[in-house]
Amino acid sequence: MSLTFDDGTFIRAQMQTPLPPPRRNVGVIGWVRQNLFSSISNGVLTILGILLVAWILPPLLRFLLIDAVWTGDNREACLGAQVGACWPFIKAKFAQLIYGFYPSGERWRVDLVFFLGVALLVPLLVLSWPHKRLNSFLFFVAYPILAFILLTGGNIGASNFLLGHFGLMQMVAGDASVAGLRLGFWLDFLITTALCVAVAYLIGRLATGSGRGAATMTAYVFAGLGAITLLWDVDFGLERVETRQWGGLLVTLVIAVTGIVASMPLGIALALGRRSKMPIVRLLSVIFIEFWRGVPLITVLFFATYMLPLFLPVGVNPDGLLRALVGVALFTAAYIAEVVRGGLQAIPKGQYEGAMAMGLTWSQMMRLIILPQALTLVIPGIVNSFISLFKDTTLVLIVSIFDFLGQLRAAFTDPNWATPVTLYTGFAFAGIVYFIFCFGMSRYSLFVERRLNTSHRH
Amino acid sequence: MTEAHSIVPSDELPAVHTPPGREVAVELVGVHKWYGEFHVLKDINLKVKRGERIVICGPSGSGKSTMIRCINRLEEHQQGSIVVDGVELTNDLKRIDEIRREVGMCFQHFNLFPHLTILENCTLAPIWVRKMPKKDAEELAMHFLKKVKIPEQAGKFPGQLSGGQQQRVAIARALCMKPKIMLFDEPTSALDPEMVKEVLETMVSLAEEGMTMLCVTHEMGFARQVANRVIFMDAGQIIESNEPNAFFSNPQHERTKLFLSQILH
Repeated sequence: MSLTFDDGTFIRAQMQTPLPPPRRNVGVIGWVRQNLFSSISNGVLTILGILLVAWILPPLLRFLLIDAVWTGDNREACLGAQVGACWPFIKAKFAQLIYGFYPSGERWRVDLVFFLGVALLVPLLVLSWPHKRLNSFLFFVAYPILAFILLTGGNIGASNFLLGHFGLMQMVAGDASVAGLRLGFWLDFLITTALCVAVAYLIGRLATGSGRGAATMTAYVFAGLGAITLLWDVDFGLERVETRQWGGLLVTLVIAVTGIVASMPLGIALALGRRSKMPIVRLLSVIFIEFWRGVPLITVLFFATYMLPLFLPVGVNPDGLLRALVGVALFTAAYIAEVVRGGLQAIPKGQYEGAMAMGLTWSQMMRLIILPQALTLVIPGIVNSFISLFKDTTLVLIVSIFDFLGQLRAAFTDPNWATPVTLYTGFAFAGIVYFIFCFGMSRYSLFVERRLNTSHRH
Repeated sequence: MTEAHSIVPSDELPAVHTPPGREVAVELVGVHKWYGEFHVLKDINLKVKRGERIVICGPSGSGKSTMIRCINRLEEHQQGSIVVDGVELTNDLKRIDEIRREVGMCFQHFNLFPHLTILENCTLAPIWVRKMPKKDAEELAMHFLKKVKIPEQAGKFPGQLSGGQQQRVAIARALCMKPKIMLFDEPTSALDPEMVKEVLETMVSLAEEGMTMLCVTHEMGFARQVANRVIFMDAGQIIESNEPNAFFSNPQHERTKLFLSQILH
């Protein structure tokens, strides 16, 4: 028997056994009590929320589904007093929304790029699937090269590398070419490679005493560059499709995916640079980040499209889409850099010291200890930037690149489909498409966060 | 300060091994360090022989942690010379890495890597720094985890272990690099009283094997049991250095007497 009152001294005679919690705290009733009506204000908010849903949802469903028109060939089908969404309009314009003005005979190439992208991305996103290294190589290296060939047609007709710009190659190799490859360019490339390797060797030798590491590094970079250029230069017999003809979801995805994939490593590098002990590296990183954060994306795109050509030498005229891509990637990289820096600052000093005390080098410490933890911490911020990038891609419309939304607005002007509901239908559709992509990213990031969080369990 | 310290091996522990040639493991000569204007280390002279076990104590802010952190270059000294295992510490990164490979360290807050399992924590440095094959590194790690008596926790994450267990993992992790010298920076200060004992037992067994140890701690029982020498620091200087019996029973300096009177009851 235990004591029933406290008279100052107490010795427990029997240990208590755990009891089940009271009924009202568990089950459905418990959940409702705890989550919906835990206090008066919470209860009021719950009722207001239910009323709001009841007010919005029925008209929305009526417009999108119940009163909607599902079949028809032109605007006649969608005229009338009580007509909802005009889905035949979307059906008629669907190809245009996906491919833009991509030639219809060549659209299989876009389909193939989409298919390969999904086929490579899905196994990469499923964390438990094996062969991540091969998978990421395929997705991050092989896929972009292949997608470039498929989408543009390859055969870039490389003519000048570095020396060629000074007119040095013309007299050596003339205009001779083998299998569509210009000899002048490749000779130029080889000589430039040799020169750069030699310079790297000398610098390495002066700086650290042994130039071999720097030289091999440079050689590898040039070998990679050469391999990619060679692949792009070969004529595979694909018809050339100018980026001006691209459009729709294709352009949206190209800009978003390139922006995401390119800005991530650049952003991490900038974040590390901003926390570097070397003042010059730090200063350059700060200038870069603050510059790109200080200007609006629209200005960047405008500048890249209309003003950049004024500064570049005559004849050098990078592709319009490429310029937009670079602008978007650099812009996003600056934001990612700040997000990642936040993560780096949240890692306790002890983690750095623990890693250093074991004899890890700086890059090992960053790669194995600091960045995995820092990036896990800032997943919400990174995905936030990516979602905002995805939606901002639509700004390329102002530099005459027709992304998904641009194509949609172009479709509105078709007199064949001019009805009172066309505009609402189109924007409802666009909203649903954007929502699927953004919500998908958001849910996936939550999943990853929860998965990786197991290590922080306390 | 004077170099008037005597090294008397205690009864049950092995005598200091002094293999011919490099019998000095760590040597600090005239070391000074400033944090901005603040002079944290003032003319530190210390010679640690191979196999010697040194306990460093003193009030907080006395520079004892800073001193042992200078030995593996977690802190930079600005004057004087530090030679570890025959290599002098300079700004040369290669030398710093060389020394860090041979010097293990345990921290007050363990500093285990929370995103890696216990086993991965232990194999990381052998694999990446010693270039050991993964399988060998895992065997080695399991050997040391058995030694600190927690092999069954190998698959867990640090956050799932108690403080005492985490500190023992940290010791095992350091041992996996087969260090010649071990530094302990208040290894038991962040632990619950019930867990201090298990960590100290691990450290005693390490001492019994003849490891060179520098240990910042206030565990005076530990100092009595294993130390060859106890060093008392205050205000960035070494105040007194003596073998433990003499240090505790007959402290010479007034500051030492005051300190001991306050911590020994």
